[in-house]
Amino acid sequence: MSDTGTTQPHAAPTLEPGLKGIVDDWSSDQRSFKTASWGKVMMWVFLLSDTFIFGTFLLSYMTARMSTTIPWPNASEVFALEIAGAHFPLLLIAIMTFVLITSSGTMAMAVNYGYRRDKKRTTVLMLITAFFGAMFVGMQAFEWTKLIQEGVRPWGNPFGAEQFGASFFMITGFHGTHVSIGVIFLLIIARKVWKGDFDTGKPGFMTGRKGRYEMVEIMGLYWHFVDLVWVFIFAFFYLW
Amino acid sequence: MVDIPHEASESAPPAEIEEMELPHAHGWWSTYVFSQDAKVIAVQYAATALAIGAVALVLSWLIRMQLGFPGVFTFIDAERYYQFITMHGMIMVVYLLTALFLGGFGNYLIPLMVGARDMVFPYANMLSYWIYLLAVIVLVASFFVPGGPTGAGWTLYPPQAILSNTPGQQGGIVLMLVSLILFIAGFTMGGLNYTVTVLQARTRGMTLMRMPLTVWGIFVATIMALLAFPALFVAAVMMLFDKLLGTSFFMPTLVEFGEQMSYGGGSPILFQHLFWFFGHPEVYIVALPAFGIVSDLISTHARRNIFGYRMMVWAIVIIGALSFIVWAHHMYVSGMNPYFGFFFATTTLIIAVPTAIKVYNWVLTLWRGDIHFTPPMLFALAFIVTFVNGGLSGLFLGNVVVDVPLSDTMFVVAHFHMVMGVAPILVIFGAIYHWYPKVTGRMLDDTMAKFHFWVTFLGAYLIFFPMHYIGLMGAPRRYFESSDIMFMPESAIGLNAFISIMAFIVGFAQIVFVFNLLWSWKHGKDAGSNPWRATSLEWQTPQTPPGHGNWGKELPVVYRWAYDYSVPGAAEDFIPQNQPATVTHEAPA
Repeated sequence: MSDTGTTQPHAAPTLEPGLKGIVDDWSSDQRSFKTASWGKVMMWVFLLSDTFIFGTFLLSYMTARMSTTIPWPNASEVFALEIAGAHFPLLLIAIMTFVLITSSGTMAMAVNYGYRRDKKRTTVLMLITAFFGAMFVGMQAFEWTKLIQEGVRPWGNPFGAEQFGASFFMITGFHGTHVSIGVIFLLIIARKVWKGDFDTGKPGFMTGRKGRYEMVEIMGLYWHFVDLVWVFIFAFFYLW
Repeated sequence: MVDIPHEASESAPPAEIEEMELPHAHGWWSTYVFSQDAKVIAVQYAATALAIGAVALVLSWLIRMQLGFPGVFTFIDAERYYQFITMHGMIMVVYLLTALFLGGFGNYLIPLMVGARDMVFPYANMLSYWIYLLAVIVLVASFFVPGGPTGAGWTLYPPQAILSNTPGQQGGIVLMLVSLILFIAGFTMGGLNYTVTVLQARTRGMTLMRMPLTVWGIFVATIMALLAFPALFVAAVMMLFDKLLGTSFFMPTLVEFGEQMSYGGGSPILFQHLFWFFGHPEVYIVALPAFGIVSDLISTHARRNIFGYRMMVWAIVIIGALSFIVWAHHMYVSGMNPYFGFFFATTTLIIAVPTAIKVYNWVLTLWRGDIHFTPPMLFALAFIVTFVNGGLSGLFLGNVVVDVPLSDTMFVVAHFHMVMGVAPILVIFGAIYHWYPKVTGRMLDDTMAKFHFWVTFLGAYLIFFPMHYIGLMGAPRRYFESSDIMFMPESAIGLNAFISIMAFIVGFAQIVFVFNLLWSWKHGKDAGSNPWRATSLEWQTPQTPPGHGNWGKELPVVYRWAYDYSVPGAAEDFIPQNQPATVTHEAPA
């Protein structure tokens, strides 16, 4: 390594326009993505794989919905709340969506402050993100409880096709698990930021790798993904 | 000759990133058991896969005992027979072939071939193996639960798989699904490693277009697996819910023993779509690493550069992409819109184009080469003929009108055993004979290897060629007993017995292979660092077997592609990838 001087800037190769340029760029020396670290590329590839999982879940739900002969329950009625005698369709889901999307905003801010080495603001923003995430999971638990009390089960429900309950618990459960795992890792990483582990490069407990502020961003990628998936679940399950 | 990817360079660009942080082992346990070294993980993966593969081999004997000599072995009843075929198929496809090619060869070869010190995430890599081992244990556990393992066929089609008269309906199917979910989780950890290592951790000078085709094959197969396994994951989760919670994702309204079951409204066809969206790419997840490895074996042992390297790479990529839009050719008889059948038949046959390009290029690589009939070369050549044979029967089955009468006959069994059973396993053997000297520092015994090769190769043909014939006569697959079927002539029954005897002979020949592996570990001829005089980086390591961190103090620097064999004017008939081009000996083309 020493003979070349790793810090010496390397002139970017000139690329031909069109498809050939794209191929040459991707297949270039040492790294295909010049600005991305290993961890970031890994998270992107993982999210691509996870996209296929959620995509398959949603496609399966749509197929089940189309192939069943019993009418599908009206989601906006099932997920309505009665508050002070007034009838609000999808009220809780709207709040949940709002909370989760807000948490994406705070996450983005945390990433920004992380790169400015602003320990305090990064930690606080990550904690707020985790709080919103936990709030989302809490509201989901409330929703599950309400539906279970109304007699919705994975194997049947009083409103219509039984695949409604099955798809609902499976998809929101799988997404909720993602959010919960995200909250746990947000807390772990927020603690690391607060303790200065990323300033000192303290090795991780499991992997033994040096801590870097980039982990905040990688966490952010995951969090935004979970958020984006929710938008699709919201659109295809609740609004359709 | 513009734009050739294999022009050697005199210098390589400077390193873009720092050296990786390597985890260091402390003591015996973290060196050999809970190791984070890709080379050790590779051997663990390979050993586990071969061990569970031996179980599948014994299961295939049991299947053949019943088919060849119906009624003789009374301990094989119909239920057990179905359990044997199910477990044989699933073990072979997922737990042996996928794990061995990606977990075994991928782990060993990717870091060495691209010039990395290790996989990029050694800890996740270690977890990958242990979760895989857990998946294997859960799978094996299903032999010991009440009711035994599932007997639903390796495709696990519902509603069959969870109806009460299917063997293994109590615990077996649950353990099978759990094991698959675990396998996918474990694989994902490894797969992320392989992908990122290839993309981001190559050494100086190693552009993607200089990588050996082995790495290309494993790399594309890994990406495919990361995109195809999700469908199986989802299918497994949903079937688990159908079985355990009583949901009806896949279960239609059913009457069983005169009573209506509580299921209703589900779509069994949905499972088939999900399963084959995984299942067809899976064929190429197994085949692409085999393609890559074979390209390297042929080039090395014929002392000739691979013909059409760039074409070979693109063929791998295109096969990988196309294999995602052909899955419903497994479902022609399930019932679908005729236009879909047309579409899937067309895409299926289009795959023959890049595949044929590969076969032509292999043959053209051999043409006028200096062919050495070493054991790896023998297996590589055997692969080519076997793959062509299996591929040609695939053309029959890819067409809807031909497939419909052939579907669910022994012809299909013969086809897929040739193309994704025998062919990749021949490559595995060839690859083990090729790289064993690097893993252990010792050569495998040549005489035993050649005996193993001829018995395996000829035996495999004697097993599966007659099977095509039996299938064309209409012998159905998956039937416990076919001797009483009216249209089966006496000769076909005799042929079935012949196949079974051959299966036993081929199976026993593998003992020679295993013995060779164990014996040569201590007693084999000393291999030296580069016994095959090969160009790719794994043969240029300072130590053999490669030490911790693979490369000693300095990472290798790559100046050329991996196929500089018999270069005119060069001192030797091979030039390693890490040898810079010198202006003086550049021969005029």
